[in-house]
Amino acid sequence: MKIVVTDQAGEVHELEGLDGWRAMEVIRDWGLNIKAECGGACSCATCHVWVEEAWYGKLPAASDDEEDLIYSTLDQKPTSRLSCQILLSEELDGLQLTLTPSAAQT
Amino acid sequence: MSELIETDVVIIGAGPVGLFAVFELGLLDIKCHLIDILDRPGGQCAELYPEKPIYDIPGFPVVTGQGLVDNLMQQIAPFSPEFHFSRIVNSVEKQEDGRFKLTTDADETFLCKAVVIAAGGGSFQPKRPPVARIEAYEGKSVFYAVRKMDDFRDQDVVIVGGGDSALDWTLNLQPIARSLTLVHRRPEFKAAPASVNKMQELAAAGKINFLTGQVSHLEGDNGQLTAVHLSMASGEAMVHATRMLPFFGLTMKLGPVADWGLELNDNLISVDTEKFESSVPGIFAIGDINHYPGKLKLILSGFHEAALMAQAAKAIVSPGERVVFQYTTSSTKLQKKLGVA
Repeated sequence: MKIVVTDQAGEVHELEGLDGWRAMEVIRDWGLNIKAECGGACSCATCHVWVEEAWYGKLPAASDDEEDLIYSTLDQKPTSRLSCQILLSEELDGLQLTLTPSAAQT
Repeated sequence: MSELIETDVVIIGAGPVGLFAVFELGLLDIKCHLIDILDRPGGQCAELYPEKPIYDIPGFPVVTGQGLVDNLMQQIAPFSPEFHFSRIVNSVEKQEDGRFKLTTDADETFLCKAVVIAAGGGSFQPKRPPVARIEAYEGKSVFYAVRKMDDFRDQDVVIVGGGDSALDWTLNLQPIARSLTLVHRRPEFKAAPASVNKMQELAAAGKINFLTGQVSHLEGDNGQLTAVHLSMASGEAMVHATRMLPFFGLTMKLGPVADWGLELNDNLISVDTEKFESSVPGIFAIGDINHYPGKLKLILSGFHEAALMAQAAKAIVSPGERVVFQYTTSSTKLQKKLGVA
């Protein structure tokens, strides 16, 4: 399966994803610009992505904790999610995400 | 007046790896002081995921972030490390006598023989909330921490957030503030239940205001806040305010480390894998903040790095002294140091 990630510079990357991995882990593994400082504990909001509108509704709803963290970002949008909370599966093959400025490493 | 502290080793960062370094250095009779920007030990484990389980600490099938920190504190207690919390190290300079001089923002100066940087992802800094032009008010009427309670006496205070900091300061400032309003985006809190209960009692008694909503914008002049505007489920609202305290958690920034003249690789300190020493002899870097080929950002890797670093630091702290490698299981000398023999 693949996920399609647009980085902060606007470049589009097709990344090989793995069933059961978190989107954040795939993005980090491929070396894109993602800070993910808490390592996937849903504690920091530095893996914040914008989900392509058509895909947003296909994701399980965000937890209250995740929503609080998304609210703490300066660049939130209605389709914001934390990529560490997106568990990949075959149904999400082709998932389109955009890395936000607030997820950048520096 | 600046306080001068002389010691063998200063460890910058009191996360799990910094704490375990105290143990490894302590076995070699090296005395440590630790400095951390947080107000308590544990670093990310304590700040970001105290309740989350960790499954890859050798010997612990499962332990929480805070549980690991508590255990480490117990393990290093025999070495009486000295902690300096809520401060940041601004500068590190090598002296002519070979020692290092460190200065902090709390006006302290440390003189030590070796420096161990165990600063993880960098120093924790408060997150700026998503409110337009908030910068104009920062340091004048919007604060991210309470340095002096008196700055809030007889003020109309708005506290924003749903965690322990927001709740604790609501309870602490309520008796001295002229008015206090707590704002959180939902009615549930991520804080100690006892604090939540107390806050709700105060709200029920009319001593504080609790509003569910989000800050939409600020009103004021020359950095002096006069009102906080909120968007709530019921519509817009305005709260008269002269002080605002947003508590939106912390984020990590490399901070002053970048200016200490150390060779960096993508904001990480380059080290060798024998001593975990930086490009400046006598300054070591262990844990998440270092970089070497094959590096894995795991707590257990940091523990290993601490053990090897300690051997190298010993040669600097006690030059010429022969170090006999010993095991805690069999060495009565080590057991005495641990207070068990």
